[in-house]
Amino acid sequence: MLKMTPLNQAHRDMNAKMVDFGGWDMPLHYGSQLDEHHKVRQDAGMFDVSHMLPVDVKGDNVRGFLRQLVANNVDKLTVSGKALYSCMLTPQGGIIDDLIIYFLSEDWFRIVVNAGTADKDLAWMLKQRDALAPKLEITPRRDLAMVAVQGPNARAKVWQVIPGSQAATEELKPFQSAIVGHYFIARTGYTGEDGFEIMLPADEAASFWKALHAAGVAPAGLGARDTLRLEAGMNLYGQDMDETKNPLESGLAWTVDLKSERDFIGKQALLDTKVAQQLIGLVLVDRGVLRGHQEVIGEKAGVEYKGEITSGGFSPTMNQSIALARIPVQIEIGDEVNVVVRDKKLRAKVVKYPFVRNGKVLV
Amino acid sequence: MSIPSNLKYSKSHEWVKSEADGTVTVGITHHAQELLGDMVFIELPDVGRQLKQKEECAVAESVKAAADVYSPISGEVTAVNSPLVDEPGKINEDAYSAWLFKLKPSNPAEIDGLLDAAAYNELVESEDH
Repeated sequence: MLKMTPLNQAHRDMNAKMVDFGGWDMPLHYGSQLDEHHKVRQDAGMFDVSHMLPVDVKGDNVRGFLRQLVANNVDKLTVSGKALYSCMLTPQGGIIDDLIIYFLSEDWFRIVVNAGTADKDLAWMLKQRDALAPKLEITPRRDLAMVAVQGPNARAKVWQVIPGSQAATEELKPFQSAIVGHYFIARTGYTGEDGFEIMLPADEAASFWKALHAAGVAPAGLGARDTLRLEAGMNLYGQDMDETKNPLESGLAWTVDLKSERDFIGKQALLDTKVAQQLIGLVLVDRGVLRGHQEVIGEKAGVEYKGEITSGGFSPTMNQSIALARIPVQIEIGDEVNVVVRDKKLRAKVVKYPFVRNGKVLV
Repeated sequence: MSIPSNLKYSKSHEWVKSEADGTVTVGITHHAQELLGDMVFIELPDVGRQLKQKEECAVAESVKAAADVYSPISGEVTAVNSPLVDEPGKINEDAYSAWLFKLKPSNPAEIDGLLDAAAYNELVESEDH
């Protein structure tokens, strides 16, 4: 039996093509994935992301616990509502999950984790809590729905729909959030566009979804979500990284704080590791479509090397194929590599990602 | 969408139209494009290539996946729909007018072995359930 979000019926009412996504019955698209992609880049689209799990951590000195639990430094969170992207690591430095931590008060932080890893994450957090801070309360919030409204006009549409939200959220900078009545509104997302991610009580989700639709926000499915995040150069857990990879070889060194005195789970392993691989962007020069797991080959300074595409696809904004790939650190931006596609070797150029941000092509 | 009764179909979801000049036109079905989603890339065979029945001869890639296209019958490629390469979305708009290639059959009897519209409809319905 597939798990369903509070918006399941709403998707069916909009003729969504539903798919099994890691055990969840989710919308892939509502007719055309390409149209949904463009709508988000040019106007406003909405995604049901209620399969992701918010986890509240409450009690005395939550910050002290999170300092040890995650690789980024929660001491960067000084203003209430501020959010931080981080990895949670195994002692060996492998990525258990990537997540967002919202700082609400010293006795209340909220962590949003991926759907496919939610059970594993929660078990890990509880285990660490028992060892490090047994008095803290950790509560999964399956009573909440989550809707991402993304695009250049996304915020204005949300303001039309949630009374009083404009005054409370207009001044929010990216990665800041505010609570407005029943709504937890964060200026975050997974598309490379402006917008909000909104958590709200599950039983209010369907009416909120319909109100957004009436305000001109297009429903968008997991298909568009994937092409948008790939263009935005955002990692997908399970594809671009997992427990066998560390953040330093996954393009996430910027999210790891190795400078401060603070110790965290996985820190020593990262300090001891010699990074041999990197995550880079590829733009296909020849005709075709790059896909995950295709082999990347080439020669640098007379030495043959191999790598692998971790995420690939067709970029609707650029009208050509792009990918994220893990290749040896010796390969540099601007180099040309070959990708093995069926029986052919296609040429691709190594680029610095993101590929697209705020509607503009950057590569 | 109804399945045109004047065409023949392969089990691998290609359609075949017999033309007055003895050649056949080949495309992929509405059902196939629906399964694949928005098409973004098409690779067509070279004109002059000799194809065997069920031989891989073209590639249709959507936002979601790559699909091989198989030649429904044996024959020589006499023409390809080159403009389609720049507008793969035409297949989503109308799969039965967005043809891929034309063949001069080397064994016209193979055409009789293909599915008619009713049989293809049955196949599609059995795959849906």
